Amino acid sequence: MSYHVNEKGFYGKFGGAYVPEMLYPNVEELRQNYLRIMQEPDFQEELQHLLKDYVGRPTPLYFAPRLSEKYNTKVYLKREDLNHTGAHKINNTIGQVLLAKRLGKKRIIAETGAGQHGVATATVCALMGLECIVYMGEVDIERQAPNVARMKMLGAQVVPATSGSKTLKDATNEAIRDWINNPENTYYIIGSVVGPHPYPDMVARFQAVISEEMRAQLLEKEGTELPTYVVACVGGGSNAAGAFYHYLDEPAVELIAVEAAGKGIDSGESAATSVLGKDGIIHGSRTLLMQTEDGQVTEPYSISAGLDYPGVGPLHAHLFESQRARFMSATDDEALQSVLELTRLEGIIPALESAHALSVLDRLQAKPSDIIIINLSGRGDKDLSTYLKHFHFDEK
Amino acid sequence: MRNRIKHLFEQKQKGLLSVYFTAGFPSLNDTETIILELEKNGVDLIEVGMPFSDPLADGPTIQASSTVALRNGMTISTLFDQLKDIRKKTQIPLVLMGYLNPVMQYGVERFCQRAAEVGIDGIILPDLPLREYVEEYKELFEKHNLSKVFLITPQTPEERIREIDSHTNGFIYMVSSASTTGKTLGLAEQSQAYFQRVAGMQLQNPGVIGFGIHDKETFASACNHASGAIIGSAFVKALQEEGSLQQNIATFIQSIKN
Repeated sequence: MSYHVNEKGFYGKFGGAYVPEMLYPNVEELRQNYLRIMQEPDFQEELQHLLKDYVGRPTPLYFAPRLSEKYNTKVYLKREDLNHTGAHKINNTIGQVLLAKRLGKKRIIAETGAGQHGVATATVCALMGLECIVYMGEVDIERQAPNVARMKMLGAQVVPATSGSKTLKDATNEAIRDWINNPENTYYIIGSVVGPHPYPDMVARFQAVISEEMRAQLLEKEGTELPTYVVACVGGGSNAAGAFYHYLDEPAVELIAVEAAGKGIDSGESAATSVLGKDGIIHGSRTLLMQTEDGQVTEPYSISAGLDYPGVGPLHAHLFESQRARFMSATDDEALQSVLELTRLEGIIPALESAHALSVLDRLQAKPSDIIIINLSGRGDKDLSTYLKHFHFDEK
Repeated sequence: MRNRIKHLFEQKQKGLLSVYFTAGFPSLNDTETIILELEKNGVDLIEVGMPFSDPLADGPTIQASSTVALRNGMTISTLFDQLKDIRKKTQIPLVLMGYLNPVMQYGVERFCQRAAEVGIDGIILPDLPLREYVEEYKELFEKHNLSKVFLITPQTPEERIREIDSHTNGFIYMVSSASTTGKTLGLAEQSQAYFQRVAGMQLQNPGVIGFGIHDKETFASACNHASGAIIGSAFVKALQEEGSLQQNIATFIQSIKN
């Protein structure tokens, strides 16, 4: 079984490029060039330099002693939260902006949910002196105010998406419409392993640095490159794709994808696509999708704006169907509990998204000798107002 | 069985007016009325939009009409029920236009079969790529005598236009400029060059120009370069004017034709 994209852009039956003809030349230009450009020595040199000196890579693989003690196993945290801009998202935006430059594009557009990808895009555009427009759902603009402020500070124009649920799905629709209307000078930096081929593969390759480093770092610490488990949260699935990438063909490593159950999988307010979704087409890709019987896309819900997406990347749909990865979920409340737990045990305030991955620790039934790597995809600064609202510190 | 689209283009090679509306808008059961009124006012071809929650190729007007239509309860099943006696009342060519996901959930084979049963002549699914169509669905569409209409744009290379031309048998939908539906900038000079380039290619299928056609002037201008033109967003807007559906349709279509 192959877990990599085939020459037609599919992972098993998922993937492809289901785009209107208006987008065909753009997507085709990218498909024909991305691998070639990514392999060029000067591209790699510039990318590696920026990842090291600008982003701050490699990020540490941190052995979490008190968390390990509590769950009676060995827990390591891959510290993507320590990247410049506070999450793994910049691994991808650095790569794509270098690609955009080599394709001669002057105007960058992006969609964002929690705002992490928007900030990461605005950051690299400031660095490269490129125009930047970020589409963001009106609801998300409200609940992620600090990131909106950061994007504006960085010189990006933040355009509210006011259709549908006014969240990530709708921001993505608007970004795609912008690209249709500006096909020649514009490059669309997609923030997750979603969208038409080659995006899912390209974004996974830029995020793969996460698991590349994990292997080398774990070898140094434990004498093996292979942990028992790799755990990551999944909305669209970019941090999980990066954390899984170099373990896909290592059957000894169990891959755990954690989705957002929202208020509970059967509550009607959830974003657990693997359970609630079925085969469909969204944003140019065939994948698992939350939808009505009539094929209308339904509105997902999660307290975490970064996991609030009705689909999942086609790689993950394939990992789910082929049972290569085990899909679990965590509710809003469980994620909030994990936020506080990590903060108080290890002195690390995680992003709400990443906290979902921590929430399955007590359900893994790991042995003391097992090694668990949790991809700590982002830091919690952007979620402080949510945390303050839920934890009522002032009253204690 | 003859295909009404083919027949239409045999009868009329110039100035053909095609109109798009979203089924289920303004009210759920307006479908038949709109079709019959459009025919009465001299429209040549009708595109019936199947609403979708995430219409990527559409601008704000058609998005909004789709949202209302879905809220009104429109589904593909309902639409086929509404159309089941339409061929007792009119022989105007009818094309269904929508996005792939709802059709996929309905079942592509069942969809083609039902479409043929109620007398649909063609299908437009902008997000069904040419290759997937040819490899997986072409046989099915042809078996049910359904023309699969493809879009081309100013950026579509000549080679691909020829490939599209070889796999379709109704007409080619020439998107006037790089845009979603409903932009009303007029037809730029750049577009004129593209229309002439396509006209010079001597394709087997006639071309019809759509996107941005919204009044008498843009319609006439588009007709200079192709067999006809398609009006969508401007018509959907006209349906929201005060007054009866019949009046609004008559007023709008006459403003284009006279």
